[in-house]
Amino acid sequence: MLLTLLPFYPLVSFLLLISLKKRLSWSQASVLSVGSMLICAVSSFILFFSLASSEQSVITSHLWQWFSLTAEALPPTSLMAASTVNFAFYLDELSAVMICVVSGVGFLIHLFAAIYMRDDENFNRFMAYMNLFIVAMLILVLADNLVLLYLGWEGVGLCSFLLIGFWYQEKANVLAARKAFIITRIGDTSMAIGLFLLFNSLGSLNIQEIGSLATQQWTIEGEQAYWACLLLLGGAVGKSAQLPLQTWLPDAMAGPTPVSALIHAATMVTAGVYLIARMNALFVLSPEVMTYVAWVGASTLLLAGFAALAQSDIKRILAYSTMSQIGYMMLALGAGAWSAGVFHLMTHAFFKALLFLTAGVIIYALHHQQNIFKMGGLLKKIPFESGLFIIGLICLMAIPGTSGFFSKEAIIGQLWSSPTAGTSLWWCAIFGALLTSIYSCRLFFIAFLGSGCSEVQSGKSLKHSFDNHSDVSQHTLLRSSLVVLALLSLVGGFFTLDFTGVFSTADNGNMSNQVSLAEPLWLHTVAIATPFVGIAFSWFYFKNYRITNDKVNPPEPSSLNAITRFCQSGLGFDWLYSTLIVNPFVFIAQLNRRDIVDQTLMTSAWYVTLWRDVLSFSQNGLLRWYAAAFAFGLVMFIGAWLL
Amino acid sequence: MTTIPLEHVLILASILFMIGFLGVIVRKNTLFMLMSLEVMLNAVGVAFIGAGSVWQQADGQVMFMLILTLAAAEVAVGLALLIRMQHCFKSLDIDHLSQLKG
Repeated sequence: MLLTLLPFYPLVSFLLLISLKKRLSWSQASVLSVGSMLICAVSSFILFFSLASSEQSVITSHLWQWFSLTAEALPPTSLMAASTVNFAFYLDELSAVMICVVSGVGFLIHLFAAIYMRDDENFNRFMAYMNLFIVAMLILVLADNLVLLYLGWEGVGLCSFLLIGFWYQEKANVLAARKAFIITRIGDTSMAIGLFLLFNSLGSLNIQEIGSLATQQWTIEGEQAYWACLLLLGGAVGKSAQLPLQTWLPDAMAGPTPVSALIHAATMVTAGVYLIARMNALFVLSPEVMTYVAWVGASTLLLAGFAALAQSDIKRILAYSTMSQIGYMMLALGAGAWSAGVFHLMTHAFFKALLFLTAGVIIYALHHQQNIFKMGGLLKKIPFESGLFIIGLICLMAIPGTSGFFSKEAIIGQLWSSPTAGTSLWWCAIFGALLTSIYSCRLFFIAFLGSGCSEVQSGKSLKHSFDNHSDVSQHTLLRSSLVVLALLSLVGGFFTLDFTGVFSTADNGNMSNQVSLAEPLWLHTVAIATPFVGIAFSWFYFKNYRITNDKVNPPEPSSLNAITRFCQSGLGFDWLYSTLIVNPFVFIAQLNRRDIVDQTLMTSAWYVTLWRDVLSFSQNGLLRWYAAAFAFGLVMFIGAWLL
Repeated sequence: MTTIPLEHVLILASILFMIGFLGVIVRKNTLFMLMSLEVMLNAVGVAFIGAGSVWQQADGQVMFMLILTLAAAEVAVGLALLIRMQHCFKSLDIDHLSQLKG
């Protein structure tokens, strides 16, 4: 019952908010949306613990039958003639963890957003979209078949589009929203084709059935498994902003900060990771694609790490770091370390939401200043928020003891001996960790240490600006949501997740063909030491940011060298895509501006218009003209008759 | 009494008819158009008379009487319309009556 109702709380809230629009006051709207999220979060936790304590490993809930499919080209071995697609939810350990993350982090971010976005005139619309996003995400996570999952998948894409372009009055935001929508659509198309392929060859779209059928009917490294997995990977790559469809995520930071925290860091972008983890039974059948997954993850994490090193916008740094952390998750999935990947997904949701929300508070306090070179000395001015940000950063850097450490070590530890990954990917991961700690330190030194610029208001007046807008209790609520996230980030590593029910087949499959490589003893030492090496390096390398006062002038774009500029533009992928795809397309579109097909059709329209003109000219209303036409007609008629 | 050949009568009738018809088409003044219509009717009447005298039949005369009455009735109605037209449009120009224009 709890499971059935789970997505309906935010749905009701969404419908009320969107239909009543501005008739609801701020307090009513926020109580409605945040309250529905609170119910959602509480029932998620109850579900999680009831699942952990009960004997059965799965809770299902069948709502109604959506439609039924009949496969024409079904192999005769298949038992089912028609497969039904149900509106049904399926809860196992994996989806239980996901709903806890989605609704738990979602609740905290809703609470934060209700206060943060209070002065926006479209507050109700904002909260409505956020609620709709949670609905779609819960459907995605809980779906028991791929069609329902696809519904949620498209739903979160839609909400992402609506929320990136939330401040649609500015052109840049709209362009960013459009870019995100189109690029994720490429991935979605690939995923849809994957679904068709799966249904065509297996005759079912139920996730569990697909898993068992594929294991029975398909051979390992078979053609079908290869293509199905590759197409699903395409979908995951689009949604999770991995190479080569990663370019939308940094631009998506145009949206309001709670959106960046909720959608573009904590939940939606991890949907791709969830999809691959969910379809693990399929991916195990195709070790080749698993290696691709690992390489996609590794190259994305390196690329994003380099790009993050050169950014000057605090939100873009966090966006690139999100990309690189999702790269870690992909790497884990590709290496067959399913539980580690999902574990990192959870801890990442905590600390990245914390980082984004704290960044939001800082940006808000600095009058919407996002350039880190114009910040500085924040540690002294707003110590509380800075402290929270530091907690987020040390989790990101995976300093021992924090949640990021446990999850990232779990990933790195399994890479070396994994049959689908290997030592080169292990080195990529280590280098990525080094980059992570360097860009985190750079951000920290520039924005929080050193001397502040004159533009930055002092802590006292900052307090005032808060107190003017909202009373003290709201400020406390705002902070409490941040503190809860910070606590979760710190202790999240001690949650033990048991995925044996979900990934048992997958892990066994891995074990059977695993050639156990001898792991050198220094592996873990290196992995643990890497963040500290990064910190030490940046301590000396970014010395002038740390101490001196002369960073009042942020570096001019022209003064940067070519490599920095290259990194700043996200390793030139935007340029590459616009040269390779967008510009030729625009060129062809311009050539064909007067659409050829359209022109052909318009000829007949032109013909009709011509005759209309002729005939309407003859209907001139002049009696003498008509008489002449009579006579002419008569003469012609008689002439024809006589001849 | 020399008989006039039918051809001559018919040529005269058609010339008169053409004159009348051209008058209908060319003149703008409605009064003159009515007069041209009378010319056309009389041209037809001439043709009937000629034909009646050739075949020595009374039908031609009868038809001419019919045309005369018809012309009288037509002129009565036409002139009444002309008066209304002058009343409404302050003009007898037929081209002013073009509300049926497409």
